[in-house]
Amino acid sequence: MAQTYRLARRGRVDRARPIAMRFNGTAIEGYAGDTVASALLANGIHCVARSFKYHRPRGIFSHGSEEPNGLFGVDRGGARIDPNTRASSTEAVEGLSLRSQNHWPSLALDVGAVIDAFSPLFVAGFYYKTFMWPRSFWRQIYEPAIRAAAGLGRAPTEPDPDSYQHVHAHCDVLVIGAGPAGLAAALAASERDKRVILVDEQAEMGGSLLHDISSTIDGGSAWTWLEQTLATLQARSTVKLLPRTTAFGYYHDNHVGLVQRVSDHLATPDSGTPRERLWQVRAGEVILATGAHERPLVFSGNDRPGIMLAESLRVFANRYGVLPGRHAVIVTSGASAYTAAADLLAAGVEVTMVDVRPHHDCAVEAAALRGAGCEVLAGHTVLSSRGRKRVRGLLIAPIEASGRLGARRTLPCDCVGLSGGWTPAVHLFSQSRGKLAFDLKLDAFLPEGSVDGPRSAGAVRGTYQLSACLAQGWHAGAAAVGLTRDRPFKASATRTGFAPLRILPAVKEGGRAFVDLQNDVTVRDIRLAVREGFRSIEHVKRYTTAGMATDQGKTSNMNVIGLVAETLGAAVADIGTTTFRPPYTPVTFGALAGSSRGPLFEPVRTPPTHAWAVSQGAIFEDVGQWKRARAFPRANEDLQAAGAREATAVRASAGILDASTLGKIEVVGPDAAEFLDRMYTNHLSRLEPGRCRYALMLKEDGYIFDDGVVARLKHDRFHVTTTTGGAARVLQHMEEYLQTEWPELEVYLTSITEQYAVIAVQGPKSRQILAPLVEGIDLATEAFPHMAVRTGRICGLACRLFRLSFTGELGYEINVPADYGQAVWDALIGSGEALAITPYGTEAMHILRAEKGFIIVGQETDGTVAPDDLGMAGLIGRGKTDFVGLRSLARPDLVAPGRKQLVGLVSEDARTILEEGAQIVADPSEPLPMRSHGHVTSSYWSPSYHQPIALALIAGGRSRIGQRLHATTPAGFVAVRVRDPVFFDPTGARVHA
Amino acid sequence: MLLIPCPYCGPRPEIEFRCGGEAHIARPKEPVTIGDVAWGDYLFVRTNPKGVHAERWVHTHGCRRWFNALRDTLSDRILATYAVGEHRPDRPR
Repeated sequence: MAQTYRLARRGRVDRARPIAMRFNGTAIEGYAGDTVASALLANGIHCVARSFKYHRPRGIFSHGSEEPNGLFGVDRGGARIDPNTRASSTEAVEGLSLRSQNHWPSLALDVGAVIDAFSPLFVAGFYYKTFMWPRSFWRQIYEPAIRAAAGLGRAPTEPDPDSYQHVHAHCDVLVIGAGPAGLAAALAASERDKRVILVDEQAEMGGSLLHDISSTIDGGSAWTWLEQTLATLQARSTVKLLPRTTAFGYYHDNHVGLVQRVSDHLATPDSGTPRERLWQVRAGEVILATGAHERPLVFSGNDRPGIMLAESLRVFANRYGVLPGRHAVIVTSGASAYTAAADLLAAGVEVTMVDVRPHHDCAVEAAALRGAGCEVLAGHTVLSSRGRKRVRGLLIAPIEASGRLGARRTLPCDCVGLSGGWTPAVHLFSQSRGKLAFDLKLDAFLPEGSVDGPRSAGAVRGTYQLSACLAQGWHAGAAAVGLTRDRPFKASATRTGFAPLRILPAVKEGGRAFVDLQNDVTVRDIRLAVREGFRSIEHVKRYTTAGMATDQGKTSNMNVIGLVAETLGAAVADIGTTTFRPPYTPVTFGALAGSSRGPLFEPVRTPPTHAWAVSQGAIFEDVGQWKRARAFPRANEDLQAAGAREATAVRASAGILDASTLGKIEVVGPDAAEFLDRMYTNHLSRLEPGRCRYALMLKEDGYIFDDGVVARLKHDRFHVTTTTGGAARVLQHMEEYLQTEWPELEVYLTSITEQYAVIAVQGPKSRQILAPLVEGIDLATEAFPHMAVRTGRICGLACRLFRLSFTGELGYEINVPADYGQAVWDALIGSGEALAITPYGTEAMHILRAEKGFIIVGQETDGTVAPDDLGMAGLIGRGKTDFVGLRSLARPDLVAPGRKQLVGLVSEDARTILEEGAQIVADPSEPLPMRSHGHVTSSYWSPSYHQPIALALIAGGRSRIGQRLHATTPAGFVAVRVRDPVFFDPTGARVHA
Repeated sequence: MLLIPCPYCGPRPEIEFRCGGEAHIARPKEPVTIGDVAWGDYLFVRTNPKGVHAERWVHTHGCRRWFNALRDTLSDRILATYAVGEHRPDRPR
């Protein structure tokens, strides 16, 4: 298509750099500097979308980020597809492919448009009212049908091939918006050596100046001033200019989220360039110069393609050199549209003005325009529009003094500009927890006080006069850096002032007068909602969906608020606004995720022998962030078979396990023993150096928090282990008490989890395997008994050697510097080869400990389990008068009978492996809801017990040994027998071997 | 995200910290001598005021030290921070 609506001169586009794109497969052409919207209009294309609910043809409505209609699926090639992208904020780029949305089979012929014919049915709350009965229809019929019809664009199906960055930045002054006020603010703020960041969502900075071809500033044209100002700012090393950057969220303490579009405007970006950058800026001061949005006027058929905001007509002509049409009608209730009309006239467009205000309210601007040969119809209103896929005319009528309408006539036209005044863009101000005050004269909610206290300048404050915007901007910038010198600006006068008007007179109740274009909300919907009893603007919003679309009602909210006020007979100030929430405009998931995807989504921690385990074909499980080997299956073995073989090998000879993931804390200091006495249930101060003890840690509420082994290396030095998942929280818990309750204790806590590799060698042959490698430690059982610790050397390396057992077998845990973990592991496997040493994983570890009835915190406990519930009352140091949690053990609930207690379970059929989490009931024929007596906490097939075993928490369990109960399974109930939780070696003789 | 003035490190973003609930609730010296109701109050009952609230915070991803903060629960602003063991400031600094 040719650019038949492009002016030969005018605008800021580069006519020497044409750009080829495709719209629904058809080639269109634009120039560098175009947006997708201006390029489409240059090609004479207005009808670009189908509306959300009624599938009505829609056109480009605005020139900025407030666009409600012109949303596309944008395809940049590869898997780079973005749905619901605003045409007026997307830069034209060579090769871009645009697809219109929400229609079938095509934009021109959309079957869904049949809904429009039945629109009287689809009133506010239609879904709530219609799809209630019969109830059974919801799941099979209504929901699938609604889901199929819902939504706008299509989400991409392939992973996003682009990269995104996160940046954290600090500055003294952050200026948001680079229109006249923002530029003046940045100029003033950077007068002194202060770090200033100036952001603007558009590709070019300048805001309204970019389409202002008639104003002068300080004697020169607005464009000259803009050019000079940007050059000045660029020359200042403390100023950072970020165009194409949207400030989308204003958070506490001047923490502002920005999203910078880095490479979408480049046809062939460098491979290393990210697509977008998410900035988190912490600013000393924030200046909001976010401008204002023009308000549309509401009348029947105000949504036809070709109808747009009046200022947008001006922008397309002046900034892009594009005529949105050749015969324009501008409908207004304010003065600013006369400037648009004058600029269009000068560009060669035939313009008719329809001003809703009476003659005497618009005499000055009307006279000026009439002088230029333009018809101005003051005191007129619009009844409806003509046309379908493009506006063909407006039906207008004069408003008589009596309020009645005079003779109607149709104004033929091919484009329409609407201007119902201006709405300051107070979104970010409101997000800063700012209070808004309604200004009756300006008919706008304006910034008042704010918790975070950003300054604001220009149109966001309801200041529309150019000279005042500049002066206000300067003042805000100067004040932000402590300058007191104000600076006046000389600028030509701006036409301001408008009559507040929610909807045009004589909008018929049944007509299709749209308030919210994107969600297809009509005047009738709003009035119906109010009639049905909705009073709060927040409720009207949710019931009608006005303002809930991706544009968040930027052009529509004030009209909705006004309409509700009018219908209720209340003041706009009393209705108030809905809450402004981030983001200001939609933010891509890619930008939010940044580099946190794939392997970088969460850190992966691997123990020292991880690479070896991978080479052995291990099955892994995630334990917190750790990758732990679960089993080392041989050919044809599944997990259960491998786990059983490994567990059997440990009991028969020896096994080797990487236990490095256990948390390890070194507790040092003259008061270390006293401190541990207060943190653990046990008497740890009585522990001799060289000995260790299994210890329980409670929270102050008496419930088990963690467990581990406390080893005393020296009088004032302890090596404490924690569960794998509890390492960080145990350290925090200890630090908390040390710092806040007992600061008088001299104790130092150091996490040594990552410093030591821990290799467990367990089984009757473990001593034989260790012996050739160990120096300086007598391994004989009398010299080095169970629950003892020694320091010495292994393979020539300094080590802390523990004799302890989580398997019930003779066993050792070898602590060596983490970097040597693999070497020691290799040496142990070499030493144990002849004794059939078997690497085992966490599956075998779990089986072995469950056979012994050893608990795992987080599996047998759930934050409501006290020591006695697990039969561990013996671990509470006798005569201790205090430790964290002791007092709570005497709380009435913790001493009450019938608490759940740890027991063993075996299924009576000796075959069924119970499910962990299965509920235990007394009588399977009990009517629902049945009483639960407890649940299964651990369950395995036991190679030593030769049948399935389980641990369970059962109400009053220890007094029910021998009873028959029933466990739920996916296939029904299974009879189980309650027994002691120790299934193997109940006397514990083997560990002392 | 709040900017929290750690008394030891200076102002740092909120994600580096963890809040530990109400401050100035001293652990009883001899818990075993405390009655059930009083112990229950110590464990579970907090004031939850509307307005200025003294809270414990810890700079988990920084110096790992605990300190107290006065926060206005209405405006969600930190008004002052001070060391553990210091008296609650009468007036926010």
